[in-house]
Amino acid sequence: MYNGKYIIPGIVIFVGLFTFPFWSNLLTPKYERPQLALPAGQKECIEPAEYMRAEHMHILDVWRDQALREGKRAYVASNGKVWDISLQNTCMKCHANKADFCDKCHNSNSVSPYCWDCHVAPRGNQ
Amino acid sequence: MIEKVLKGSPAFYIWLLFLGGIASLGVFAYIFQLKYGLTITGMSRDVSWGLYISQFTYFVGVAASAVMLVLPAYFHHYKKFKKMIILGEFMAISAVLMCMLFIVTDMGQPQRMLNVILHPTPNSIMFYDMMVLMGYLFINALVGWVTLEAERHDVDPPKRIKFFIYLSVVWAFSIHTVTAFLYAGLPGRHYWLTAIMAARFLSSAFASGPAILLLLVIALRRLTGFDPGREAIQTLTKIITYAMAINVFFFLLEVFTAFYSGMPGHQHPLTFLFVGHDGHASWVVGWMWTAAVLAILSLCLLIPPQIRDNERVLPWALGILVIASWIDKGLGLLIGGFTPNPFETVTEYAPTFPEILVTVGVYAIGLMVLSVLWKIALDVKKEAGTF
Amino acid sequence: MSTTRRQFLKIAGLSVFGLGASTALDAADAVAKDMPGAKYEVGGKHLAAKRWAMVIDTRKLESREDYARIIDACHKVHNVPSIPTKQEIKWIWTDKYDRVFTDDMSQHLSPAVREKDYLLLCNHCENPPCVRVCPTKATFKRADGIVVMDYHRCIGCRFCMAGCPYGARSFNFGDPRPYLKEVNPAFPTRMRGVVEKCTFCSERLEVGLLPACVEASNGAILFGDLDDPNSPVRKALAENFSIRRKPSIGTQPGVYYIV
Repeated sequence: MYNGKYIIPGIVIFVGLFTFPFWSNLLTPKYERPQLALPAGQKECIEPAEYMRAEHMHILDVWRDQALREGKRAYVASNGKVWDISLQNTCMKCHANKADFCDKCHNSNSVSPYCWDCHVAPRGNQ
Repeated sequence: MIEKVLKGSPAFYIWLLFLGGIASLGVFAYIFQLKYGLTITGMSRDVSWGLYISQFTYFVGVAASAVMLVLPAYFHHYKKFKKMIILGEFMAISAVLMCMLFIVTDMGQPQRMLNVILHPTPNSIMFYDMMVLMGYLFINALVGWVTLEAERHDVDPPKRIKFFIYLSVVWAFSIHTVTAFLYAGLPGRHYWLTAIMAARFLSSAFASGPAILLLLVIALRRLTGFDPGREAIQTLTKIITYAMAINVFFFLLEVFTAFYSGMPGHQHPLTFLFVGHDGHASWVVGWMWTAAVLAILSLCLLIPPQIRDNERVLPWALGILVIASWIDKGLGLLIGGFTPNPFETVTEYAPTFPEILVTVGVYAIGLMVLSVLWKIALDVKKEAGTF
Repeated sequence: MSTTRRQFLKIAGLSVFGLGASTALDAADAVAKDMPGAKYEVGGKHLAAKRWAMVIDTRKLESREDYARIIDACHKVHNVPSIPTKQEIKWIWTDKYDRVFTDDMSQHLSPAVREKDYLLLCNHCENPPCVRVCPTKATFKRADGIVVMDYHRCIGCRFCMAGCPYGARSFNFGDPRPYLKEVNPAFPTRMRGVVEKCTFCSERLEVGLLPACVEASNGAILFGDLDDPNSPVRKALAENFSIRRKPSIGTQPGVYYIV
């Protein structure tokens, strides 16, 4: 093969690097859903828990635009209950334990949203 | 053609390495800025733009100046410029890249840069500035590359590229006009609120841009023996001379309007720049006088034909002109616009060391891009026998 | 041979680009999926107006304490840091007559008027230059005339600061939090790299409260609807001589001064 002594090791290195996510995943411990501290005394969130788990970032994104840009600060949930749109004054009133709720899941999923650069985390978590 | 970069003399690579070293100092300073914010700069609540934005403005002018080669060559079929034109187009590419880097370094939240596209705002001049800069980069890259490839194969450039060449002429004027509109449309900034702002920008660009190009080409002739031709140099020098004369004239128009009308708001920035405001003389005063003296001196050296055509004097005259225009546009324009502030008081601005380091880093990156592109162009020319 | 390889690479490149673009579009589509049966409404307690405006009766403000009380009320509730350099941040502050009303309207003003302090804040202009220049709509004018900031969207280009003829805007050159003595947990702070300014307390109006400075002023600052002839601001303007800052530049400020 023409220039085989360069090409074959090159291909091996490329394949090794390209499949890095797969074999590194095999070597690390299996992902476990983190145990979150749920608010005491509250049974349900504004929407079903399953939906919140998957879409809370989307809700917050829409909330922000609705509250700030459209001046609509009341959220009527699918069960008819009305909530004030506010991360600090609604969400975090229940989920007062940021470290064991937000952070825990964000950390194990390697996401670092910068909400808290501006929004003030509940006291006791600072 | 890109393979030309891989075969160069050791001196070429040492030069790139040297620029890379300076650029990495700039990157290092920029990482600090990312970590601590723009607080490491000399900017303040009152002077909220500084060296970055002023350099952006200056280099938009340098980018636009390629048109001073393209226009005579393609509109007036002035053949003597054809040899040098690719150098102008490639310089425009590196200048536009530097402009973009200066804008990004000036942002408080650079990771949100795409918001300008995600939330397009046609009432903001910044929106158009982004579009014209990207467009100009694209046009010059396309035109430069296609014409150079045609030169390499010793054929005429394809017909369809003509459209982009003509477009690039209009576009060059537009980039600097839009950049002037960034400033000229703001009520309450007396120094900038003037209808001839765009005209001033263009005239100073068409003086300083080709001057920088010619200085670099003269250096290139020393280093590589590439000769753009005596007549080409002399014609370009004439263009520079006219543009500089118009530039100085336009500035004097501003001075007349401000002082003959006697309106305090229009006088204050000029008095601040040249003598100080409210008994407060800033460090800029010395710089501005230097610029004024050098501008006149450059005209004295460029207007008489016997001095202008003397190739020993020419680099000095051009260098003096570049310094004068840089102080006027790359320093005074920004500071004069922000001082006095909206409360008619003076807040001093002076760039800090990290700020200067980032700026020099961007220069180095621009020069690296320019070196690589010019190397490609010259090697292709050597190969095609048009050196 | 070389042309076919070249063509192959071109096609391969285009396909990869197309593939990438379509996945990106799919991802965007997934996000756009709406949530189950949710509605957004204006809160029940909110105060409404066609054009909010403010009248500052400077005759009623005299002592240093008067100003300090008003400024503190605003800066505390909005978590405005006190930074002791020229990169400072302020929403409402004071300055002398010559600085506030820069058109020298009378060379021989009464010394009492000239020496006095005047409150400065965002003018919430009818034709705000800051809104005109913002490239991302991070600052915008609401239907009720208030000019607000969306800190989430601001890219920190500071064009609005160059545009504002009143010097009402501040930029977070660094992280503001170390300069906050105490934090109001009900309101966010800002982050490094965004511009901020007075919001006419839009968040308080939503819950039926008047702006913090109005509340703390003991009646020296009036707030109301400029389009309503019976509002407190219109009554005060009808009965007194009032001025605005830099009227000649056509911004139509919403802050009036009775001097």
